[in-house]
Amino acid sequence: MEFIALSLPTIIWYIAFCYMPLFGIVIAFKRYSPVPGRSFIYNLFVASPFTGLDNFRFLFINPQIKAVVRNTLAYNFIFLILDTVLPIAIAVMLSHIYSDRLRGITKSAAMLPYFMSWVVVSMFLFAFLSTDKGFLNSVLTELGQEPVRWYQEPAVWPFILILTHTWKAYGYALVLYMANITSIDPGLYESAMVDGATAWQMVLKITLPLIRPVVIVIFLLNLGGILNTDFGLFYQATRNSGSIISATQTIDVYTYKALMEQANYGYSAAASLIQNVIGCIFLIAANTLIKRIDPQEGIL
Amino acid sequence: MRKIRPTTNFAFSMIAVLLSVLTVVPLLFAIIISFSSEASIAKKGYSFIPSEWSVASYRYLMASMDSVGRAFGVSVAVTVIGTILSLWLIGTMAFVLSRKEFPLRRLYTVLIMIPMFFSGGLVASYVVNTQLFGLKNSFLALILPQACSSWYIIVMRTYFRDNIPNELIDAAKIDGAGIFRIFFDIVIPLGRPIFAAVGIFEAFAYWNSWYYAMLYIRPERKELYPLQYLLYSIQQNAENIAANDNISGAVLKNIPAESFRMAVVVIITLPILLAYPLVRKHFTSGMLTGAVKE
Repeated sequence: MEFIALSLPTIIWYIAFCYMPLFGIVIAFKRYSPVPGRSFIYNLFVASPFTGLDNFRFLFINPQIKAVVRNTLAYNFIFLILDTVLPIAIAVMLSHIYSDRLRGITKSAAMLPYFMSWVVVSMFLFAFLSTDKGFLNSVLTELGQEPVRWYQEPAVWPFILILTHTWKAYGYALVLYMANITSIDPGLYESAMVDGATAWQMVLKITLPLIRPVVIVIFLLNLGGILNTDFGLFYQATRNSGSIISATQTIDVYTYKALMEQANYGYSAAASLIQNVIGCIFLIAANTLIKRIDPQEGIL
Repeated sequence: MRKIRPTTNFAFSMIAVLLSVLTVVPLLFAIIISFSSEASIAKKGYSFIPSEWSVASYRYLMASMDSVGRAFGVSVAVTVIGTILSLWLIGTMAFVLSRKEFPLRRLYTVLIMIPMFFSGGLVASYVVNTQLFGLKNSFLALILPQACSSWYIIVMRTYFRDNIPNELIDAAKIDGAGIFRIFFDIVIPLGRPIFAAVGIFEAFAYWNSWYYAMLYIRPERKELYPLQYLLYSIQQNAENIAANDNISGAVLKNIPAESFRMAVVVIITLPILLAYPLVRKHFTSGMLTGAVKE
């Protein structure tokens, strides 16, 4: 009984903020039209007519949606690979350098962007990309080139977004992998050295196999979120610039804009629902797969 | 680990230096811009070597205490209250789930796991939060929706299970201590490292939060803007900010708009930099226990 009392606030929080919204999913099947002054329940169940799958049908014939889905999948696929390969490569490299000081400094520097908000990062980016004052255009002018209107140029944004994402995200994974590499039993390396193994062989035969479990867990978590994107990256870093959305709009940005800019509850809810259902399937599938490969792993 | 050749070490070290520089350069650039004079920015654009240095932006920052100062206060309040609430919600549930004798353990675990896989989505929570809970334009909107996290509950539960001896809790029970007493006198002191780690992550999440302000706080309640969202709203024009402020005419005429925005970036980042040594200490412990599961 006492246990229930102690955990009651948390349970209430879960019901209020995780389970109550599940009722809101019906909006995806309705034309949500709230009547001011009436209760939420009345608005949701009485005032809004059922429209069946109309929201989904309109969503799919929306010309934007193709680019939205393509962007979401393409960016996430690239991030999935970069976020795994790059931090591991850097971690292995750092673990070999002689200077402990430099190793420490590099780790500290790498983590810093992780603790910066997207609003701040968007300002950083603007300092480089601003059309009339940005650093990049100053350099271009200096070199006798025409300045570029970066926030109007869809073609460059895949590179900018991938660079920005990597800049902000690599440190977290790097520190995680470093901690893992440090915790490897030094005896393993010593006996390999007696056997005459090269540094490269040790990386392949000892370091990488031993950090594999953590790599798998992180990869799995990222894979489960294949349809989720970092809203801050795609909305703030791009300064919500309209002329580049063909290259920058992802499902999360679309859902946000449909709701807040067009008050189109139905489309937004329908898009979220598809995203969540597919995301859920992905996460469960990835989890099952990993468990089959290695029963010790997986988040469930 | 086998020693690499000195030449390889040199090459790797250079890469590490380059990487560190690239990582901190944007922040450095923002600091430089915040100390550049408007004339310099107008002439040279944003430059690493401004033609003229100036503290005008910081003077303007001092003069706009009504908005910036207030937003700073909101951010501090959100961070302090939010972090304490988070730790309470996460810590209590983690402790309860770490106790084998709790009969509803399975049910509760499922209850906190489901949201990791499936959520109602943006519209659903927006509609419930605004229409049912009335969180629109409310201070609580900045705190409650992000107050709890299934992931951290699991991280903490694992830590408690591995680090708090059963005998200690059983002994306390025999001595007649209630569960709240046990939580305060045993769990919190013994779980200090994990409370610190999760607390730091939560504090940063609250300090850096702008999304909920963007969703729930409308311009008519500007006084509820946290610092992050204030920065977002003045991205477009710094003049906005002057509207509510009693700034003397002379200052108002020459708003150092460009450097001012970067000055706001600097005062947002300053607390992060000050708290950074703490982060270094607890960062890995907070991340690592998460990778260990049942």
